[in-house]
Amino acid sequence: MLRRINGKNSDRTVVPGARIADAVFPAPFRSGLEYSSPARGTWNIVHTGMLIPDAHEIFVCAAGCLRGVVLTAAEMGTADRFSTVAVRENNLLDGDMEELVIEGVSDIIRKLPVRPPAVLVYTSCVHHFAGCDLGMIYSRLRERFPDIDFTDCYMNPIMRKSGLTPDQLMRSRLYMLLHERERRPDAVAIIGNDLPTLEDSDLMKMLKGAGFKIHEITSCKSYDEYQEMAESSYYISYNADAAPGGDMLADRLGGIHHYLKFSFDYDEIDSEFARLADVLGIPARSDEEIAALRESCDAALADTLALVGDTEISIDYTYCPRPLGLARLLLDHGFNVMRVYVDGIPGADRPDFDYLQEHYPDLMLHPTVHSGMRFAATENKAEDHGKILAIGQKAAYFDSTRNFVNVVEGGGMIGYQAVTHTLELMKDAYLNEKDMRGLVQIKGLGCDVCLR
Amino acid sequence: MKQTARIISTYSADAFGVCSALFELGGMTIMHDASGCNSTYTTHDEPRWFDMDSMVYISGLSEMEAIMGDDEKLIDDIVDAATNLQPAFIAICGTPIPMMTGFDFEAVAEVVEMRTGIPSFGFPTSGMKTYIDGASMALAGIARRMVSDVDPEEIANPVGMIVKSGSSPAFFDAPRVNILGLTPLDFSVNGSDASIADWLTECGFEVVSKWAMGSTLDEIRQAGRADVNLVVSAAGLGAAKVLYERFGIPYVIGQPVGEDQKDILRDAVNELTFESRAIRHSEDGAAGQGTESISVLSDLADADADAAPEIIVIGEGISSLALASAIEFETGRATKVLCATECPEELLRDCDRMTPDEDDIIPELEGASVIIADPLYQPICPQEARFIALPTEAFSGRIYRDDIPDLIRDPHAVTGQL
Repeated sequence: MLRRINGKNSDRTVVPGARIADAVFPAPFRSGLEYSSPARGTWNIVHTGMLIPDAHEIFVCAAGCLRGVVLTAAEMGTADRFSTVAVRENNLLDGDMEELVIEGVSDIIRKLPVRPPAVLVYTSCVHHFAGCDLGMIYSRLRERFPDIDFTDCYMNPIMRKSGLTPDQLMRSRLYMLLHERERRPDAVAIIGNDLPTLEDSDLMKMLKGAGFKIHEITSCKSYDEYQEMAESSYYISYNADAAPGGDMLADRLGGIHHYLKFSFDYDEIDSEFARLADVLGIPARSDEEIAALRESCDAALADTLALVGDTEISIDYTYCPRPLGLARLLLDHGFNVMRVYVDGIPGADRPDFDYLQEHYPDLMLHPTVHSGMRFAATENKAEDHGKILAIGQKAAYFDSTRNFVNVVEGGGMIGYQAVTHTLELMKDAYLNEKDMRGLVQIKGLGCDVCLR
Repeated sequence: MKQTARIISTYSADAFGVCSALFELGGMTIMHDASGCNSTYTTHDEPRWFDMDSMVYISGLSEMEAIMGDDEKLIDDIVDAATNLQPAFIAICGTPIPMMTGFDFEAVAEVVEMRTGIPSFGFPTSGMKTYIDGASMALAGIARRMVSDVDPEEIANPVGMIVKSGSSPAFFDAPRVNILGLTPLDFSVNGSDASIADWLTECGFEVVSKWAMGSTLDEIRQAGRADVNLVVSAAGLGAAKVLYERFGIPYVIGQPVGEDQKDILRDAVNELTFESRAIRHSEDGAAGQGTESISVLSDLADADADAAPEIIVIGEGISSLALASAIEFETGRATKVLCATECPEELLRDCDRMTPDEDDIIPELEGASVIIADPLYQPICPQEARFIALPTEAFSGRIYRDDIPDLIRDPHAVTGQL
């Protein structure tokens, strides 16, 4: 429980939030000072870069920016694949930023005990603002180290509102090192995910059933195996932030990129998978198959509802790409979803937002970064409320509950399986308390997939 | 090459030092930053984040705001949040982009203060120095603005107060001491801060305030009542200088690590109390007279100039010097300090070195038989040297938190391994 140590305003007891009926799409809350909750399970650019087997990451930034990434690498056990070049004030004044990157990266590469096959060089906001010639930097590095694949990566959060977001950029960089090779018509790469696609997901079942050879970066054990992804004729993404990278990849290597929209809506799932089947040139699911899948979902929904009853449910956006879609599914089936923690609403969620406004106007939306959320956990002390079932780490933290689903970024689920899998996780969370304090503070949930 | 680190970590940065130093005082601290500083600080540098609801935020600076010099957005956001949350003070500190754009921290703080009526500070950190620089700046700001003026009647009656007994003075009124430079970055949350206060109390001193762990802002406001400040890390030096300038309070630099050092430190506090009381209560006494500071250090390593110290301690300046002195006092083995954070050169002995970069450190480790440092230094230490792990939050964050010893209470956690 938080210990209150500050402030004079005794009226400061209302957690920021709005009824969905009163919320405005796509930004329900005014932007202002930003708070950071202790829930840390989502991945950052260090975790994601480490998905490339045997690659070495070099960050070139100010010490304050290096601090979080160097300790991310240390915590995940990959400090030996991570180095830094510190930008200091004199570099900005002297205008030697390009030289610092080139010589700093070169110095580190020469000191490494094992020559890495690939180096990810991360530049930062200061390089962008100083107008650094990044093209020249990478050209010079490639000349010096022709045996190493370099790619440009970015830690420039100041650009998060301009063009591609840092997350989208990072996911696109994951595949920039792939070398063109002959494509196999039966090879598919699932791209852009931090966590492996679950074996029992609709996507995996469809691809395996059609006899495709499936590549995914999370399962690559070596740099050579990573390079084999380039034999794919199809690139499939189902994380919206991976889609721009998929287009870049298809443009560069050939092949077809297809974005499979994540959804909890039965009709949308069917139409998405039908489109995918069409792209892949394989039969779509039959009506009988679809009916069976829907029946199993309905049964799972009824079974879970019988267990959790009218228990309060909260959902946050870190759990999956479509938190409002999940809220809609659960509300339509009688679950007591009280609130969703979400700072902004992605375009794909617009139909769910509109539907919820009309049918469940009292559903509460709460931000996660609003300054007032600093006190949400204080206001929602566990001893002051009954059992709350939280879906996602931030919801668990803000609602001070140990009954929560500990999954981030969709956890590798997709299709009807996302429905049944979520319900299984909900039942487990309802029945079994977890160490919320310990678990939500772990950075990059599931990042041990990077340790090969 | 300087500025590169093949494998070691980097110290917590200046902006995080500001946040850490002010965390318990009921203010609102804003890092003027795009994104990332918030999660870095709260994850790795702030062990109190889950348990105390301190208001630390980022501004969420965007590219367009930086290019257009839109300070009004920041000011509006701060005023809006502060009006709702009513912090005791507001502190604004910076990161690389505000430094590049020439953001005027003090001017913005002044505007915020005018609009909110809440005392506001601008701390021009750049994200390019260590936490020591920021924490020292922040505590100095508190010393300058938040510590109350002292009514001479409130401090002890000078008449008959001081009795010179033998070589060390004794007092009718207990010497009053502030502890300056306490943050979890150097002292974690393992009770080391309380151990220092407990030791002072056991010595017969009164602890007026602890900057800034374990004291409220109201207690900090009373700091001017103290006779002496005890500076336990370089983060306390800025405040110590201000309090000396404002109130004439001298300061002792050191930590009570090991019995011999504790005795010397206690005598130094007594000695400076004697002097400061005499000056503050003399008719023409004024701040700035008398001894400003004493540092309590062993000089064994310097005395034996021909022999290179075989033991090396890497870390924050004053903490490392205190540990080195404890080792020298207790074992007679010369011990060198490699200081990787800001520390006045005059505190270091001839044998000690400022080593901010990996390439500064590696040559200094050659020939060492024992190296005492954070575990994240181990990959660059010679294999033939014995490595004694001494984690600090300032370097390895939360990773080894459970292994950080309270050296005030148990110096043998390290010296016992020698």
